[in-house]
Amino acid sequence: MLLDVRSLTKRFPGAEAPVTVLDGVSLTLDRGEALALTGESGSGKSTLLHIVAGLEPADGGQVVRDGTDILGLGDAERATLRRTQIGIVFQQFNLIPSLNVGRNLSFQSELAGRADAHRHQALAETLGLREHLAKYPEELSGGQQQRVAIGRAVAGGPNLILADEPTGNLDETTGDRVFDLLLSLARDEDRALLIVTHSERLAARADRRLHLSHGRIQT
Amino acid sequence: MTATILSALLSHWRRQPFQLLTLILGLSLATALWSGVQAINAEARKSYGQAADVLGGGGLAEIVAETGAIPVEAYAALRRAGWRVSPVIDGWLMGDGGRVRLLGLDPFSIPPGTPTGTAILDAGLDRFLGASGALLAAPSTAERLQGGETSIIALPDLAPGLALADIATAARLLDRTGFDRLLIAPGPQPDPTTLATTAPGVRIEPPATAEDLGRLTDSFHLNLTAFGLLSFAVGLFIVNGAVGLAFEQRRPVFRTLRALGVTARRLVALLAAELLIFALIAGAIGILLGYLIAALLLPGVAATLRGIYGATVEGTLTLAPLWWASGLGIAVLGTAMASATGLFRVARLAPLAPARPRAWAMATGRAMRRQLFLAALCLAAALAALVFGDGLVAGFILLGGLLLAAALALPAVLAALLALAQRTATGPLQTWFWADTRQQLPGLSLALMALLLALAANIGVGTMVESFRKTFTGWLDQRLVSELYVTLDDPARGPDLIAFLETRATGVLPIWHIDGEVLGGPAEIYGVADHPIYAENWPLLAEFPDTWSRVNSGQAALVNEQLARRHDLSPGDDLTLPQGLTLPIAGVYSDYGNPIGQVVIALSLLTQTYPQIDRIDYGVLTGGADTAPLKEALTKDFGIPESNMIDQAALKAFSLSIFERTFAVTGVLNVLTLGVAGLAILTSLMTLASMRLPQLAPVWALGLTRAQLGRIELIRALILAALTFVLSIPVGLGLAWVLLAVINLEAFGWRLPMFLFPRDWIRLGLLSLAAAGLASLWPAWRLARKPPADLIRVFAQER
Repeated sequence: MLLDVRSLTKRFPGAEAPVTVLDGVSLTLDRGEALALTGESGSGKSTLLHIVAGLEPADGGQVVRDGTDILGLGDAERATLRRTQIGIVFQQFNLIPSLNVGRNLSFQSELAGRADAHRHQALAETLGLREHLAKYPEELSGGQQQRVAIGRAVAGGPNLILADEPTGNLDETTGDRVFDLLLSLARDEDRALLIVTHSERLAARADRRLHLSHGRIQT
Repeated sequence: MTATILSALLSHWRRQPFQLLTLILGLSLATALWSGVQAINAEARKSYGQAADVLGGGGLAEIVAETGAIPVEAYAALRRAGWRVSPVIDGWLMGDGGRVRLLGLDPFSIPPGTPTGTAILDAGLDRFLGASGALLAAPSTAERLQGGETSIIALPDLAPGLALADIATAARLLDRTGFDRLLIAPGPQPDPTTLATTAPGVRIEPPATAEDLGRLTDSFHLNLTAFGLLSFAVGLFIVNGAVGLAFEQRRPVFRTLRALGVTARRLVALLAAELLIFALIAGAIGILLGYLIAALLLPGVAATLRGIYGATVEGTLTLAPLWWASGLGIAVLGTAMASATGLFRVARLAPLAPARPRAWAMATGRAMRRQLFLAALCLAAALAALVFGDGLVAGFILLGGLLLAAALALPAVLAALLALAQRTATGPLQTWFWADTRQQLPGLSLALMALLLALAANIGVGTMVESFRKTFTGWLDQRLVSELYVTLDDPARGPDLIAFLETRATGVLPIWHIDGEVLGGPAEIYGVADHPIYAENWPLLAEFPDTWSRVNSGQAALVNEQLARRHDLSPGDDLTLPQGLTLPIAGVYSDYGNPIGQVVIALSLLTQTYPQIDRIDYGVLTGGADTAPLKEALTKDFGIPESNMIDQAALKAFSLSIFERTFAVTGVLNVLTLGVAGLAILTSLMTLASMRLPQLAPVWALGLTRAQLGRIELIRALILAALTFVLSIPVGLGLAWVLLAVINLEAFGWRLPMFLFPRDWIRLGLLSLAAAGLASLWPAWRLARKPPADLIRVFAQER
């Protein structure tokens, strides 16, 4: 098992009383498995993903990854984890606007010290970005930008990919392509994929799906 | 990893070269103005130090005469009594290139190790003595002395404007018989109490230091430093704006970097390193620009210091490595100050913080309230300095507090004025215009604050200079009562001169004085002839009804404003002069331009108390008649050289030229500061232009043309500049009052009346509108020519 989330709790300050966003959420994820997390807006999907990525602290529970509870790690250790072991794909792409596509693609692998020109070339080929490598993000369509973001997330060879609504800003056809790409990149290299999506249709194509409602997993 | 992050951070500047240019330019200008002023100050102080070392005998005590020169016999008597002293003759030599101070020294008795003794040894004793003697001088001074009969040896380490000669050569060149002072060699000497019996009429003076000259010129340099600091602060506004904007624009990048595993500490460290690189580059450019500014201003400053304080400063720059280091240091410090807030925010930036690139331009009401609170604190500090403070430092705290408070309060005041305008707006476009201007205000506030400071400084300093000029010219008209001033080479010819002028002039007024110590400080004691013209023309600040009759009868003295303020003297107080002469004070008079104390007593009392005074200067009254025929007669029939006469008009012109030179430097700094502020507006508008698209695109889509939008942007800049100008008037007048009533009083010892010059304000207002108009022209033109596709993209992209 790659990831074991146990009784995760998260509260945010509210106008009158704290609002519980995650209320004892537990889930597991194996290598090579694609898990889709669905739920209505405000159900806590993104918060769960952020906590698993080490981007946000939790109020209770554990996130055990390869035997280590990442909630017990310090800021620098969590940063190292994100840099080397996790690939994150955001809904807003979050590319670096001042770097061209090629540099964006290789950026995280360079941070992790795993830059590999051949691999980057192959990835660009796979992602259909070969002729766009010299362009800047603002010159690409949304679907192309998201492909760059996916490439950046997997280029360093992480064993866990976290994707937060990766198709939320894309039309249906482009969204389908991006989703397929994510699934194939995860399965081909035996990575685990946790994907948050609104789309029940896309979620159905994952190996497993969980539905979050009011901070709890619905079974 | 570091290289990867750094390349990502630096790539922002590759894509935003104008922003980089703004940052470098702002920092370079700030450093240039600051380091230029520092270079001038350092050069002047170095010259004072060199001069004081040589003139003051390198920190040795001296024997001086109570009045006049020390006779050769007195020197011989002291040497026989065991005093190890060395004679000095001190005077002025006229060369082709102007006056040079000449020191005559005895190379055989001069104490070893003194700067003058070392200079003589450097030149070689045989060359120094020579057949007809030689003059030692710095290369630039040597050039001014060319053309004389005496050979000149150039020595680079000597103070500018000074020449050294053997005592016999100096006595011959200056036509002297006695000595001006005797340097006392270090080590054991006879009992000082025996001095009076060995050589009557002499006394021991403690060692002189550079501080004496430094004290006189400190206030001048302090004024320059304050200006340098103000210009630096205005430059920092640009840097702060550029850094703040760059940080906010890169906020999404910082967030992404944090999400991808870069720690906050590493990010801050790399951003600091990036800024350090920029600071060093901009600092180096700024130092070069500062050198040019200093080279441009130094001749004027040197002339001012020479004219007002008699301090000789080399007119060329020689820069020490320390100056380079301090220039780079101030650039780094300025960058650190300007970017501290931005770095602090990045350090606290959570990886999931919302990416709001426009947050920089959207300051909250809370931030404005915080700024108002700070303004109130600054104002309180200024008022505290005014009420409880004392001295120049308190004056500058008052000045700084006032300016900072005004600058900090500006955005809130402008916001209130714009809200008022919005309430009175008719129609949707006007309403949108005022609301949008308010929304833009935070993004422009730094530039407008810089403009306010520059305008207020301009109005304040302009009011001070013009008030000073008006008072000074009025005072000169009153004070210069004689139409012609004559200097005799031979004092014995005085009675002949008076007889010669008896039928040719309406009156002759001896202008005799002696330098002495009054209330522990250097002072001049002048004698005035018993003539009604003084009572009619001398401006008195405080007096008794019968002041002049008491002065003329030798029963009272007048003191200048400086002396009165320094020692809290007023009419009725007793004043003790050298030789124990004690007189009550009968009045206080204005004495602008004189840094030291002055006392006026009856001429008869002066000659009676100090019989050895030089009786060579006379004022000649012609009843308003042309002085040219009289000058000709004095030259032809009485043998007075043309150079020994100066008429009132020439003297006034000379005095006014010194005045103009004094303020020429501040004038240049004023213009430069305004230029920097104009640049701040341009850079703010240019950097804001790209961020404004999401706000302007909907208005364009709703039916306004791009040209209309461009015009609106231009009008907006003009309105904001006009409002800032109007607000700068009271701030500038407050600044002028502080300069005239507090700083001048502390620095120079005189208080000046304040006059208002509204015509100058109108000119300045038009100038600021022109600056703002020019600054907004380019961004407005770009907006008017913006391709529609760029505006459409705003709707297509989720930003």
